[in-house]
Amino acid sequence: MLIREIRDILNAELLEGEHLLDTEVHTACGSDMMSDVLAYVKDQSVLITGLLNQQAIRTAAMMDMVCVIFVRGKRPGEDILQVARENGIAVMTTKHRMFTTCGMLYAAGLNGGLKRDEQ
Amino acid sequence: MSSNSLHYHYVVPGDDFTQAGKASSAVKQILKQLGFNPQTIRKMSISLYEGEINMVIHAGGGEIDVDIDDEKITAVLTDRGPGIEDVELAMQDGWSTASEQVRGLGFGAGMGLPNMKKYSDELKIDTEVGKGTTVTIVVKLAS
Repeated sequence: MLIREIRDILNAELLEGEHLLDTEVHTACGSDMMSDVLAYVKDQSVLITGLLNQQAIRTAAMMDMVCVIFVRGKRPGEDILQVARENGIAVMTTKHRMFTTCGMLYAAGLNGGLKRDEQ
Repeated sequence: MSSNSLHYHYVVPGDDFTQAGKASSAVKQILKQLGFNPQTIRKMSISLYEGEINMVIHAGGGEIDVDIDDEKITAVLTDRGPGIEDVELAMQDGWSTASEQVRGLGFGAGMGLPNMKKYSDELKIDTEVGKGTTVTIVVKLAS
């Protein structure tokens, strides 16, 4: 699935990463707890979160994730977008809640990835 | 024997959570520039990031020293925080002393140390209650 398609499915507003719209993503992870996100490595993944701080982006960056979606209409400030810019991560905001956001993307074919070890 | 060695030093401020993870991001950039494979970079980045977050939320900041030689990447995180009373307990999934405030920031789920152990090749914790903690993370370079 492309980041562009995610934006369209969620009727989301892209706030950073116009040049990343045609980047392919394979899996997604929905969580507000960053250590849970860090526990399972997935390639070319999307982070769906309600946690609105710089660490949401930094966590995604550590995992080589390519897109962060803020749910419930949360809008990141410029400091957060700046971190995303530095790390080449697309950022969008959607009005949908976490559960709905995950469900919509899952129904459209994005999965959670294999629960495998990082090795 | 190692013929090349690189050293980097970072001071992690303890009073500003928004800065937590900055040193780890900088190290990740360096590792990328040095051309290590993505898996090696990720292993060190995640371990170091969890360690840096711990330093900020539990110990009021500290210092990070990163050494890179031909065989491995070593990160030493030193703080003068409260120390860890029971390391074995702290290593258990889900065990945490973090405050509700810290949880609200997305951390303190008790997965930090388990994640560090999982991603590093070696993890050493020297700690003394009331004195501080030194955490050593080693990630070996793929041969």
